[in-house]
Amino acid sequence: MAQAYKTEFDTPEIKEYPLIPHIRKGAMEHSKPFVAKAQHQESLGFPGELVDNWQQVALAKMAELLGKYRSIRVFLDTCVKCGACTDKCHYYLGTADPKNMPAARQDLLRNVYRRYFTLAGKLFPKLVGAVELTEEVLQDWYRYYHQCSECRRCSVYCPFGIDTAELTMAGREILASVGVGQKYSNEIITKVQKIGNNLGLPEPALANTLENLEEEIKDDTGVDVRLPLDEKGAEVLLVTPSADFFAEPHVDGLMGYAKVFHQAGISWTLSSYASEAANFGIFIGNYDNMQKLAQRVRDAALELGVRRIIVGECGHAWRVAYSFWNTLIGPFDFLDPDYPVPQHICEFSYDLIQRNALKFDKTANDHRILTFHDSCNVARASRMGNMPGGQFVIPREIIRASCNHFHDMSPETIHEHTFCCGGGGGLLTDDLVELRVKGALPRMEALQQVVDEFGVTHMAAICAICKSQFSKVFPYYGFDMDMVISVHQLLGDALVLGETH
Amino acid sequence: MSLVSILYALLFYFAAAVLCVGILLRIRLYAHTPQPLKIPTTPAPATRAGVVMRMVREVVFFQSLFKGCKWTWLFGWIFHFALLLVLIRHLRYFIEPIWAWIVIMQPWGVYAGFAMLAGLAGLWIRRIAVDRVRYISTPSDHLMLLLLIGIAGSGLLMKYVWPTDIIALKVFFLGLLSFDWQPLAPDPLLLLHLALTATLMIVFPFSKLLHAPGFFFSPTRNQTDNPRERRHLNTWATEPDTGSRP
Repeated sequence: MAQAYKTEFDTPEIKEYPLIPHIRKGAMEHSKPFVAKAQHQESLGFPGELVDNWQQVALAKMAELLGKYRSIRVFLDTCVKCGACTDKCHYYLGTADPKNMPAARQDLLRNVYRRYFTLAGKLFPKLVGAVELTEEVLQDWYRYYHQCSECRRCSVYCPFGIDTAELTMAGREILASVGVGQKYSNEIITKVQKIGNNLGLPEPALANTLENLEEEIKDDTGVDVRLPLDEKGAEVLLVTPSADFFAEPHVDGLMGYAKVFHQAGISWTLSSYASEAANFGIFIGNYDNMQKLAQRVRDAALELGVRRIIVGECGHAWRVAYSFWNTLIGPFDFLDPDYPVPQHICEFSYDLIQRNALKFDKTANDHRILTFHDSCNVARASRMGNMPGGQFVIPREIIRASCNHFHDMSPETIHEHTFCCGGGGGLLTDDLVELRVKGALPRMEALQQVVDEFGVTHMAAICAICKSQFSKVFPYYGFDMDMVISVHQLLGDALVLGETH
Repeated sequence: MSLVSILYALLFYFAAAVLCVGILLRIRLYAHTPQPLKIPTTPAPATRAGVVMRMVREVVFFQSLFKGCKWTWLFGWIFHFALLLVLIRHLRYFIEPIWAWIVIMQPWGVYAGFAMLAGLAGLWIRRIAVDRVRYISTPSDHLMLLLLIGIAGSGLLMKYVWPTDIIALKVFFLGLLSFDWQPLAPDPLLLLHLALTATLMIVFPFSKLLHAPGFFFSPTRNQTDNPRERRHLNTWATEPDTGSRP
């Protein structure tokens, strides 16, 4: 079956003051990602195509999830439709489709839950909005559970902490279980399970890439900075999103990490077996796949005999690593207990900065005026450092240590209030480009403001998806695609290489 | 004993039983459902005491809602706080002798009745006037507001316009509590007020009113942000087979 997507659409206009749009029913009804092919369903343990008794299977899956996840059970019961979330989702703000309002997105599952799992819904379906699980409902699940980036912004404002991401994951898991998974995420998970990273980059290609990067650093700085691969006995295993190996601007961030390790004099290595920090298992809401992907990291750490694990700049990856790894693949009793497991590369660099172990020449970044984009899953689903909110402080301190010119965006768009880039949660695919462009609107408006006010030239980020997404959508809004930059590129550019401490 | 008295006595026993058993069963279900992963909405407290403070701020001040929508927060908070005062005021009909602090609360409870109506009206206006909130509303969401407005309105009418024999009412409820049934005055406004209240009690465990007990089980709010320091266990997970690498 040929699948197509809309390539022509109107980029939303950046307004001087952000406005909450009036609802436009069906505005994004046409948006849905490509459906996974049979082979990429089956490789993850799902049926290859829509099963005949899909209603039965879907409801059984829903019952199973209700019994396995307190979050799902409680969130489906407790919404009072107060409306506090309705203007919080970047996809609603960018598309005005009412089904992109968090409560309405949750209702796609909730209405079915009420019909089959609650007394009120069985007795008075119309009264409580309960609906039968029809083909149209299944279609809506597929459309609108792929218009949520699992960014958790709605959960900040919900009086009961209802997190739509949990229901999006449940929705996607049910979809995959009846045979309609998403092509992009399923293909990537299959690649990681076979080869070790999202790109399907095999060991020789990876080794070659790293060698080239070493040469590039040598050419730039005259210093031999290593990017080791599969080196047994190294102190640190670095697990980073594979986009860092080749994509712009990610790769400059990777070179930044290498310079920090070099300067700190700490032996480290990448692993070709676990050459991916991103864990797309979270996107499709499937625990087993998430655990299987994470297991590669544990295995690699044991095999290489490292003492510490550090994770590169990546948002959802850091959520899985920080919040889930210990549950999924712990305990980490074989690692050095003096360091947090896992540790974020920003925590690592910040610690060195705190101890005055790094020397900077900030003027190296004087041609840049910076702002910082808090990545959603770092901001609202994890932490850095030993105090709540460290995930906001630490990256900014690294930027301030490396740059003279830094300005934050508007307070209601940063820290826990940050907007998703528009491409997170398994939506960073060309078949969803319209959604991605429109979903970026709130961030673009906030950026435009600091560009106008402070002449900001670059927006730093600490997430592979954010970096790719912004490179793609910036031009739609009249920004230069090179405006997005890795925090560790800034650090790397300002770092004075020399005698190691 | 009139038929009405008997019917209302039975109705309140039934409503109280449904309310208590229904909520207890729901709490048991929530408590017994595992939460496999750590999902607090961060920044989140790193200690248990911090989590308790976070929950207290939510329950007492509606902290998240305040961040979310000032109007809904204002009306919602007024309604809930007023409801609390009104409930406290109504304790006097179930207790003999009346505790001193309830006597002190009496006038506030009466004013609170008006505040409760104002809060409910504000919430309803929002539900109708804001297109986004109207879209997510089902008939039950409107009816729930109507029910609460009916309860508050009938109560205030009895207080200020058509008083009922409040002493006789207290005798009726004390009778219910001691299983020594006493007659209920067949006052239409009182019967309406009581019928609506019983309806609310019966509907509670089957409706969105479960947000009250549900909140305490919300993992994004009640979890401690310490996944690296303390290994959170998933009770239904199969342990990964260590050393599975081919």
